Amino acid sequence: MIYLDNAATSWPKPKAVYQAMDRFMNQVGANPGRSGHRLSIEAGRVVYETRESLAWLFNIDDPLRIIFTSNATEALNVAINGVLRPGDHAITSSMEHNSVMRPLRALQERGVELTVVSCSKEGFLDPGGIEKAIKPNTRLIVLNRASNVVGTLLPVIEVGAIARRHGVLFCIDAAQSAGAYPLDVSFTKVDLLAFTGHKSLFGPQGTGGLYVRQGVEDVVEPLMRGGTGSRSDSEHQPDFLPDKYESGTPNTVGLAGLGAGVQFVLSRGVNALREKEEKLMHHLIEGLGAIPGVTLYGSGDAREQVAVLSFNIAGIASSEVAIRLDEEYDILCRPGLQCAPIAHRTLGTFPGGTVRVSPGYFTTEDEVDIVIKAVCNIARVLR
Amino acid sequence: MLSKKNEVGQSGPFSVVLFHSISGALRAEKLLKAESVSLKMIPVPRHLSSDCGICIRFERADELKVEGILGRSKLEIQGIHQI
Repeated sequence: MIYLDNAATSWPKPKAVYQAMDRFMNQVGANPGRSGHRLSIEAGRVVYETRESLAWLFNIDDPLRIIFTSNATEALNVAINGVLRPGDHAITSSMEHNSVMRPLRALQERGVELTVVSCSKEGFLDPGGIEKAIKPNTRLIVLNRASNVVGTLLPVIEVGAIARRHGVLFCIDAAQSAGAYPLDVSFTKVDLLAFTGHKSLFGPQGTGGLYVRQGVEDVVEPLMRGGTGSRSDSEHQPDFLPDKYESGTPNTVGLAGLGAGVQFVLSRGVNALREKEEKLMHHLIEGLGAIPGVTLYGSGDAREQVAVLSFNIAGIASSEVAIRLDEEYDILCRPGLQCAPIAHRTLGTFPGGTVRVSPGYFTTEDEVDIVIKAVCNIARVLR
Repeated sequence: MLSKKNEVGQSGPFSVVLFHSISGALRAEKLLKAESVSLKMIPVPRHLSSDCGICIRFERADELKVEGILGRSKLEIQGIHQI
């Protein structure tokens, strides 16, 4: 079986991830830091170590500025719903996932103004288009770092500089890029950085988080309130990080796994992981692009994207291609709209969608060859 | 099961440093251990705070050292108390 759905969730994970989760369940198990006994403190350490590893990865000075959520969607909801109020204006791109679009569209119905800046049909964004959209009441710009449909990288460094210059908050959706493409918060001017744990950070599903830049928490309302283990004498939510946004017992076993996943990324180095994926993508783009009847979407250049490739075969629905790859060739991928209708409108693939293949760290060159041959066979029969 | 002993050769008298959050206490634990401060994480003594969290107990002789390390880290503390 060839698993080519790493953009949905990476699999398999490094062995150390399974081991860390097993260790937590068998040897620690307690509620992190709530109770003060040694198992509770050890559970707290597990969570803290994960925070610190992520701080290393993104070059964040203070690990306590990272809050944990159950996924990137929750992190984006904290950022978007926490900042925007009726009368505010927000800007985003036409390559976003629904985890950005749906919260923004819901706010639009409640009096938030929204500008969606159009990207090219390859998925590229001109940062100048963002700057032109800024108005006196612009509060927030939200952009993905890399598209979940075609992997195209958006110019977050340029847009970050523009946002800072205009005094507008900038939120990055790094779901598809964290761990797969370098991001340094001391270099990229970002106020809110949402990430998921279960893709290129190799953690389990149900993990994610949000980096909140110093001082920005003053203007971001929490999504949930509740017990934090701190200020237990008060019936009001603490205003300091991470407690302001971390109520209730966390997914400690998941965070134990995420910590091991991030350690795996740090030990290999993001640049080395990137190089490996870029090579696989180059091979895949060349191979699939040469097949008559196959249309590739996106940049067409492995250097300008992460390891996500969308294609279609003329005359056959994306869902049909995916079923045939699964049943006849043992290849697992994702067809359709991938939760990003606006990105497909931009690419010209709405509503049919695309076949999305996404190799990962454990994908081999031989497997890519098998995939190319399989797509070639499916396309040939039709001609 | 984890060992009961997470401190080495502590004898007292002791002081404790309190933090706003458990995460803060855990960050401080790493910072202090990196500078070889002998310490133990304990539940916050009830007479100091009604928080249900944890704090760091250390040898009173290390008070200035602890203050210095935490001050440099810009980690906000709730206070240092002699116990």
